[in-house]
Amino acid sequence: MKIKVRFFASYREIAGRPEEVFELREGATLSTLISKVRSVYPKLTKLTDDLIVSVNKRYAKEDVVLKEGDEVALLPPVSGG
Amino acid sequence: MILVTEDDFSVDEVLRNVRNKRTGAVVTFVGVVREEDCGRKIRKMEMEAYKGMAEKELSDLRDKAMKKFGLEEVTIIHRVGSLSPGDNIVLIAVSSGHRKEAFDGAEYLIDELKKVVPLWKKEILEDGEVWVEGGH
Repeated sequence: MKIKVRFFASYREIAGRPEEVFELREGATLSTLISKVRSVYPKLTKLTDDLIVSVNKRYAKEDVVLKEGDEVALLPPVSGG
Repeated sequence: MILVTEDDFSVDEVLRNVRNKRTGAVVTFVGVVREEDCGRKIRKMEMEAYKGMAEKELSDLRDKAMKKFGLEEVTIIHRVGSLSPGDNIVLIAVSSGHRKEAFDGAEYLIDELKKVVPLWKKEILEDGEVWVEGGH
């Protein structure tokens, strides 16, 4: 299945692109996807052990099971206001 | 009202719309781009949002605050894009029957906004650029 991953703010600059589509087997969890993203973008790995992640625009835990078409985003620590 | 926008806002207009017949107090908080941060001069500030998610999180926060403090109305407007020192960044306007709930509600909303809403600022300094990450 295809999962779109979006990178924001500093992560976008580190990744060098705003988004990328990853191919995963059916039933894969967010944790599997994050490992894959980390292996493609080793510079993101150095940032933090606990990446803040959303699935379909909601904060999500790593044990969430993904489905085709989900939009995942990697979120640096926020700094609004 | 919840709004994430490139445009500046009119505090007067929001003040007119955030009250109702039960309102006895209105508190507004406006966040503004400083000229300096930790001794470094800021030339510009670029504000980025995860559109769609930012509005959802703001809307959840508004619902929580209204319940927690018994507020009448809440408006939150957050700007994105390229801002200059002195520009408005964020407006929080809260109305309630009495002042304490309005003050407490406004403070809760700006504190929580800074923790959970997917917004990021990048400071453009005279000698480089830096993403601000985490509470500030």
